[in-house]
Amino acid sequence: MVSPALLVGVGGVLGALSRHLLGERIDIRTADTLAVNVCGSFVLGLLVAVPVADSLLLLFGTGFCGAFTTFSTFAFETVRLYETGERRRAVATAVLNLTGALGAVALGSVVAGLL
Amino acid sequence: MSDGTAADGSTHALVRLEPLVLIAVGGFVGAVLRHAVALALPATPLPWGTLAANVAGSFALGVLLYEAHLADALSPETRLVLGTGFLSSFTTYSTFAVETAGLDPQLLVANVAANYALGFAAVLAGRFVARVIS
Repeated sequence: MVSPALLVGVGGVLGALSRHLLGERIDIRTADTLAVNVCGSFVLGLLVAVPVADSLLLLFGTGFCGAFTTFSTFAFETVRLYETGERRRAVATAVLNLTGALGAVALGSVVAGLL
Repeated sequence: MSDGTAADGSTHALVRLEPLVLIAVGGFVGAVLRHAVALALPATPLPWGTLAANVAGSFALGVLLYEAHLADALSPETRLVLGTGFLSSFTTYSTFAVETAGLDPQLLVANVAANYALGFAAVLAGRFVARVIS
């Protein structure tokens, strides 16, 4: 049995690298952060809705999806947009991440039901 | 050469790989710590572990990156390992979304409000600290 921390950590490596290699950066372009958050939420919504082994949930759920998506970058970019006068974009970013991620979780469980 | 550029002008493979190694290390530590925080804190009535990680990580990113002159004082390597690697991996939107979706309506609203309000406030608090110490 591989230790839970190692599974989460390896998943975290893959998640962080994937996020970076797909071009997500910490700046005031927010579409990239929105995209990783919505996609990662879909995968996690799917994962928690299908019967998978705990080890896979730790590796791909807590590790990969948890690290692939990011709250700190989202919060940082949203606050900076707001403070630089782009208030409408800041509000849109906050709303789109929330509705997009919650919608993606719901879609993930629907897809899981079809599998 | 110290900048990793060989005499013929090509970039050594290890230098191209270095940012990925830094992000990998940060990503590993961030995910493991987030998991540890989630295990250490109660998951009811609100998922406190994710909230704590998101708020603490947003604060740290505010300290690290908000002030451009302070950010310039940090090497690109430091920003990659701490920002893109560690903090982005430590904090999570997907776990927040899945946990939120599983809550009753009132707690759902409370969890979103707590993560958003405290997360945004933490970025500002981090910026404040960065201004004071720089």
